[in-house]
Amino acid sequence: MKSTALLLVAAMALTACGDRLGRGGADGAAGGANGGFGAGGVVPGSANDPASVAYFQQTVGDRVLFLVDQSTLTPEGQTTLAAQARWMNANPGYTALVEGHADEQGTREYNLALGGRRANAARDYLISQGVSAGRLRTISYGKERPLQVCSTEACYSQNRRAVTVLAAGAGV
Amino acid sequence: MACRNRRDRAEARPAWTGRAHPIEKPRHFGDTEHDTEMETKRSRVKKLIKAPWVTAFFAALMLATPLAAQSPGPLKIEITDGVIEPLPFAVPTFVARNDAANDLAQDITRVISADLTNTGLFREIPQDAHIARIGSFDAPIQFSDWKAINAQALITGSVLAEPDGRIVVQFRLYDVFSEAPLGEGLQFVGTADGWRRMAHKVADAAYSRITGEGPYFDSRVVFVSEQGPKDARQKRLAVMDYDGANVTYLTSSDSIVLAPRFSPDGSRIIYTGYESGFPKVTVINVATLEKQTVGGVDQNMSFAPRFSPDSSKVVYSAEVAGNTDLYQLDLNTGAQTRLTTAPSIETAPSYSPDGSRLVFESDRSGAPQLYVMPASGGEGSRISFGEGRYGTPVWSPEDDYIAFTKQNAGRFHIGVMRTDGSEERLLTGAFLDEGPTWAPNGRVVMFTRETSGAQGAPALYTVDITGRNLQRAATPAAASDPAWGPLLR
Repeated sequence: MKSTALLLVAAMALTACGDRLGRGGADGAAGGANGGFGAGGVVPGSANDPASVAYFQQTVGDRVLFLVDQSTLTPEGQTTLAAQARWMNANPGYTALVEGHADEQGTREYNLALGGRRANAARDYLISQGVSAGRLRTISYGKERPLQVCSTEACYSQNRRAVTVLAAGAGV
Repeated sequence: MACRNRRDRAEARPAWTGRAHPIEKPRHFGDTEHDTEMETKRSRVKKLIKAPWVTAFFAALMLATPLAAQSPGPLKIEITDGVIEPLPFAVPTFVARNDAANDLAQDITRVISADLTNTGLFREIPQDAHIARIGSFDAPIQFSDWKAINAQALITGSVLAEPDGRIVVQFRLYDVFSEAPLGEGLQFVGTADGWRRMAHKVADAAYSRITGEGPYFDSRVVFVSEQGPKDARQKRLAVMDYDGANVTYLTSSDSIVLAPRFSPDGSRIIYTGYESGFPKVTVINVATLEKQTVGGVDQNMSFAPRFSPDSSKVVYSAEVAGNTDLYQLDLNTGAQTRLTTAPSIETAPSYSPDGSRLVFESDRSGAPQLYVMPASGGEGSRISFGEGRYGTPVWSPEDDYIAFTKQNAGRFHIGVMRTDGSEERLLTGAFLDEGPTWAPNGRVVMFTRETSGAQGAPALYTVDITGRNLQRAATPAAASDPAWGPLLR
């Protein structure tokens, strides 16, 4: 059991790394699989634990997607952000860094600014749903950290995103 | 959290800095064989310019100068259009004045030839075709031997390696068919380490005398060296000679660095760096590698910086609550001024050479377009009206053009337009071309070209402002965001 716990810690650490770049999904799933062979109950910190970061990433959904050159939230995006806000309101021990990203079709400078718009659109929506502004910070990566690497719309649509990355802490 | 600590690691310091090797002020020297009156020289220069080969050569450059007769309607350049005949020149291996100079003489000659040939404006006549041999730098030139192989320009030179480590390079340029020197002989003195700079100086002098354009070979370029997969690219600042030689790295690859630009004197580089975890305008001293961030505490992100031409100010973009505007920082007083207040994105500012105006990119009309406004802020007037999206405008040091990135119909282009937006011409077209930067003489543009797909990677390219002579610049790894520095002193 001790080694399982260690494994879980390792999986979580990987998840945290990936998440800074908005790639939490795959690593988080591995964490969930590990959680599955526990004692049958909810393993704290696993994706089955509604208070876990893994649950936030996979079940709540940690990202919203945008149309080309848009920073307006889609209805799906609003639904996801409302769920994120409910989770954050229920779990006050976390702050979040909202990352804004763009696809590669655009200049570096413009995409940085566009990523800033997207991150702030997500942040503003979280605040409108009751999350304290002091728990949220934004960053733009522009087109520097694509999630998918192909050069077609199938990838671009996944790269135009705002990802809410949790960190332990109460905020200001 | 473990990953966050990556940026706290002590930065690896490069073994040497990006400082250029010193060269003493060049000296004109007496021309034993051709020590003629100034008036005679001028008429010879005129005669050279009138020679048929020079006419063809100048016609090509004239297309791009403000004095050229303009055809009515928008000028459009086809990339494949108008291949000009490069000017044939000969450069016999420089005479080594002592044994210690033998290798240097060969190396210097090779670099001079490469500088001129790579412009696409010159063609070297191979040394094995030469009839005459230059045994002594001061011996009379047998012009008939050079005419016979159709060398229209001849460059001769000598190299002396002093016991104290300094080297002395002398050269002369001749108009073979006029049987006359073109300009005075020149002498450069510097350290053996700086031999490439001396070669570039010689090539610059030859290029300038023949084309009438300013020099640019003796210059450096700052860029972002890239490695690693596309979704986890590692980036670090690097500086190289304009031709790819002498690459040095200024930062480690622990954090993202973007879009560096030189200060006007070349001593500092300003860029967007994620060292703090957030994108911030950062200044790095090229010699000491000391860093300093720029930007207000209320600014979430500061980026796209440039020095003003007099180095007293920095203009940049900052994002506050999702809205990106232009700001100016006075480096002497520390005073920060907001230059734009629109709810749209204002970014990629670039000063006019006199520092009085800024050209920048804004999507205030709904899509990114180019605008010009006073450097102190105020109403911007739109200058781009073609189809597509325009970005990253850069004002030419010659004040005649603005280079830009254009995105249209799924392709990217590097283009130039007059500073009022007229006479737009596209110089390149590809999957992703962006971020032009001007050579110090305003006649060549360098930019980033990125290939598509999962294995896509960026590289640096140059093209001249007529759209000719597209060339990939040599870099040791993938590279992006070039910015040409000033001519070295």
